Parts: sequence; C-alpha cells; structure tokens
Amino acid sequence: MTSNLLIKAENVGIQFGGLKAVQNVNLYLNQGELVGLIGPNGAGKTTTFNMITGVYQPTFGTIAFDGKNLKGLKPYQVTKLGMSRTFQNIRLFKDLSVLDNVKVANHNIAKHSIISSILRLPSHFSGEAKMEQESIEFLKIFGLDVYKDELAKNLPYGMQRRLEIARALAAKPKLLLLDEPAAGMNPQETHDLMELIAFIRKEFNLTILLIEHDMHLVMGICERIYVLDHGQLIADGTPEEIRNNPKVIEAYLGEEVDD
Amino acid sequence: MKKSKAFWVFSVLALVIYAVVQGLISGGILDLYYQNILVQMCINIMLAVSLHIIIGITGQFSIGHAGFMAVGAYFSAIATMKLGLPLPVGLLLGAVVAALAGLLVGIPTLRLKGDYLAIATLGFAEIIRIIFLNVDYVGGAAGMVVMNMTTWTYAFAGVVITIIVISNFTKSRHGRGAISIREDEIAADAMGINTTYYKVVAFTIGSLFAGLAGAIYAHNFFIIQPTTFNFLKSFDILIYVVLGGLGSLSGSVIAAIFLTVVSAYLANFPETRMIIYSLVLILVMLYRPTGLMGTKEITSLFKFGKKGGTKI
Repeated sequence: MTSNLLIKAENVGIQFGGLKAVQNVNLYLNQGELVGLIGPNGAGKTTTFNMITGVYQPTFGTIAFDGKNLKGLKPYQVTKLGMSRTFQNIRLFKDLSVLDNVKVANHNIAKHSIISSILRLPSHFSGEAKMEQESIEFLKIFGLDVYKDELAKNLPYGMQRRLEIARALAAKPKLLLLDEPAAGMNPQETHDLMELIAFIRKEFNLTILLIEHDMHLVMGICERIYVLDHGQLIADGTPEEIRNNPKVIEAYLGEEVDD
Repeated sequence: MKKSKAFWVFSVLALVIYAVVQGLISGGILDLYYQNILVQMCINIMLAVSLHIIIGITGQFSIGHAGFMAVGAYFSAIATMKLGLPLPVGLLLGAVVAALAGLLVGIPTLRLKGDYLAIATLGFAEIIRIIFLNVDYVGGAAGMVVMNMTTWTYAFAGVVITIIVISNFTKSRHGRGAISIREDEIAADAMGINTTYYKVVAFTIGSLFAGLAGAIYAHNFFIIQPTTFNFLKSFDILIYVVLGGLGSLSGSVIAAIFLTVVSAYLANFPETRMIIYSLVLILVMLYRPTGLMGTKEITSLFKFGKKGGTKI
C-alpha cells in the first residue's frame, strides 16, 4: 500500500469475556476514499467503529491512523488527531441549542483558558466569537442555520441526523465515520443525504467510512465495500464485485438450495 | 469591552440589594436576628450554586458537599483563631484548601458514574467529618470556638463572586464542554471533550466555593462542630439544587432563598417544623417535578434569551 494510507487496521479483534465479537479484521483506507462497511445485524460493524474511534481498546491487532498507533488513546484524543463520527442511535446534546451542539465539537479551535473565561479577558471574547462564526458556517452548509436557537431535541428526525453530521464535521476531521446515517429516513431524505455526503466529501476533502443497511445508498456512493459477518471480514471489493460475491449473498440471504 | 445586558442588570441589581440592606442595617431597622438570617441565606446560596456547577452543569451526582464546607470552615477557623491571621486571609485559605480537597477526592471518584459516584462522595464527606471529630487540635466533638467576624458585606461579596465565577464558567467553551458531559458523555468524548478533565475542574470549582461558604459560616456562629457537617447538611444543599431545577443557576439561588425563609419562619413552630418543611418540598416536587425553574434561567423569562433552554 502507498503512503497515503489513512487507516491501517491489521488483525484487529476484540473479546468480551469469552465472546470474540470481532476477529482478524484487516481494514485499509486511503486518503480521499469513500468506503462502505456492511453486514447483517450483529456482524460487528459498530464494534469495529468503536475500536477505531477509541471507545473500545482492541484485544488483538493494531490500528494506525495517519501513521500513528491508536493504542491506549481515549476517544477525545483520537478525535483531536482528526477523526470524528456519528452514532447509530442519534446522540445529540438534546437540551442544548442547535448552535451549541456544533460549538461543543468546535471546542478545540479556540484556545482561551478557564481563567480567561472566568475573568472575561479579551481572549475569551475573541475565542468565543471565532467559535460562533465557524459554527454558523457549518450550520449554513446543512441548512440548519434557521434553527440555530432551537433545542436539538425539538428538531424533526431527519434534521437531527443532519445536525449530527454537521457536529461531527465541526470537529475538523480528516476521516469521518458515519454509523447508519440513513437509518429511519424515507427514500427522498436518503437521496438528499447521498448528495450531501458527496458534497461534504469534496468540500472538506474527507475520507469517509460508512456503515449502512440501505444497499441502494451503499452501492450508489461507495468506491469500495468491506463485508463483515459473525465478526469476520468475508469480502472486500468494488460494489460490483460485492454484489456478485457468493459469500456475501449467502450471509445476507442464506445458502442456496438446489431444487 | 463587550458586556452583555444581563451582566449590567446583574451588577446594578447586586449593588441595589447591597445598598438597601446595608442602609437598613446601619439605620438599625434590621436587628441581629434578621441580619443573621440574611447571612445564613447568603451562605446557603453559595452552597447551592457551588453544587449546581457539579450536579446541574456537569451532571455528576455528588452528595458529599458538606464535607468540603467543613474543610473550608475548619481551615479558615484555624487560620484566624490559631494563627491569628486576618479574616479575608482565613476565608481565602479555607476556600483554597477545600478546592485542594475537592481535587484529591475528585480525581479517583469521578471515574464512577451515577449511584456509585453518589455513594463514594458521601463516603468521602463522612471521612472528612470524622477526621475533624478525632483531631484534638480543632476541639474534637466539642467543636472549636470561633469569633463572630462575618458581616453582611463579607457574605454578600461571597455570593456575588460565586455567581459571577460560576456563571462565567458556564457561558464559555469550558462550560459547554461540561454541559455536553451532562447531556451525553460518550458523544462529548467523541467530539473531542476531555471529559475527565472537565469533571475534575467542575468538582474543584464547586469545592472551592463550598469551602468559602463554610469559612463564612464558621465565623458567624461562635462555634463549629463536626456534627454540623454531617450528611443531612449535604442533603439540604442537594435539595436547593433539585428544587431550583437541575441546570438552572437562578433556580438554585431562588430555592436557597425560599427554603432559608421557610425554615427561618418555621423556627417559631419547633414541633411541626420538619413536617411542614417536608410538605413544602413534596408539594413543589408534585407540581413542578423539574424544579422551580426547570433548566431555564431567570434571564430567559425576560428579553435576554429568545427561546429558553439552557442558555449558554
């Protein structure tokens, strides 16, 4: 593989007690790629996400991000390296306004200290103004700026999904991990989401790893796809290859029976 | 420098309240009994607001707040009575030592969540109390005699400083980080917030002002005894915060004022005092289960905040 390898996960596995939830996963992401991660329910997709983002420490194997080993890093440290994510079940800060949700992710762009905030020194005001301005820019991209003072929990479902992506982007990632972004969306919303993902990818020069059950979306936008089943990688390749891979068909539909 | 409208309203309000009360005291209209209630009220407000930053803002359920109050009370009393230092130095010392105690207790316990954290903080508060109970230097169970040096001015200044510091902390990127932990710790972590750091910071700031309140308290009652700082005192403080509405600074201030007045009034009926006090609490929680203010601030009732919610 070349030097623009962003994620290099080798022989990664995790064990919960006696259960090997994920094992021997080798996953490579090149700079600028849009890669899908699919598999039946319980295959270990979200667990793999959690290992990459530092929520779980893998029991076996190593994960490197942009050449740095992620072993022992906490999620917030991984985020600072340039990786950010959305969640399968929306995890917005419900009682904060839409704007403040994005500002939380913008936390690290301003550097003013606690003392400067308490004493309201000039660095507090310039830092907060910078955060406010940048956060509104992100909201505008997602068409959420009109709702900026609304509480996050009062947004309609589709908007909450969009806000979660906006928030993840505000953390300035090189790699964006989307965990089922289209879950619960109708076909029109899914279509809009596909366009949005394509747009932010170009705009922010992102590498994206995507978990999704909506095959139309995955096959439509991903360049490469990894398939997990029972905690193991069973296939990887272009959407066309995956579609015709007998192992994948078996995992999703069961074994073929001769009449 | 830009100051918000709310800041000016707060400053003017604070000056007016101070001037009016000070005028009434100098004019001899408020006798010692009422002055004492006012100082008590100020102490309770400081305790409520200092617990608010831990429970209401950061969402860490600590019920050992009286322990840090005790540290502030005893160390300030040692400074003024044993070492002969002036009162302001004693107050500062009490607050700083309480903050250090908060830091030491916070680092190991804040890894815990929910009920476990509550039990651990309760345990630490009891340990602190029992240490004072067994040290003869501070009088042991008999308590320590402290001169009455607190005035309305000290108590009120303490309240103003507490509110300004905690409100400024809350309305900054640091406060937002702390609130995001309350809202969803996993998401906060994933967004780059160092959750452990902010939990410990909030806990230390809370302990600092609990210590300051304890220091003012110590110099108001002629004597301090370890039994004053038992877990019932911690629950009293917790009640202010919950009754005012978790997440609302102005709510905890209002609740502290309200309950101080109720409990002072009920002192006239010692037999039924606790029954009526409990009934008041039950009624408020029945009709306002989210507390008096919910998560709203009093400023959002006027023009400052447009939509309400936790205003940052």
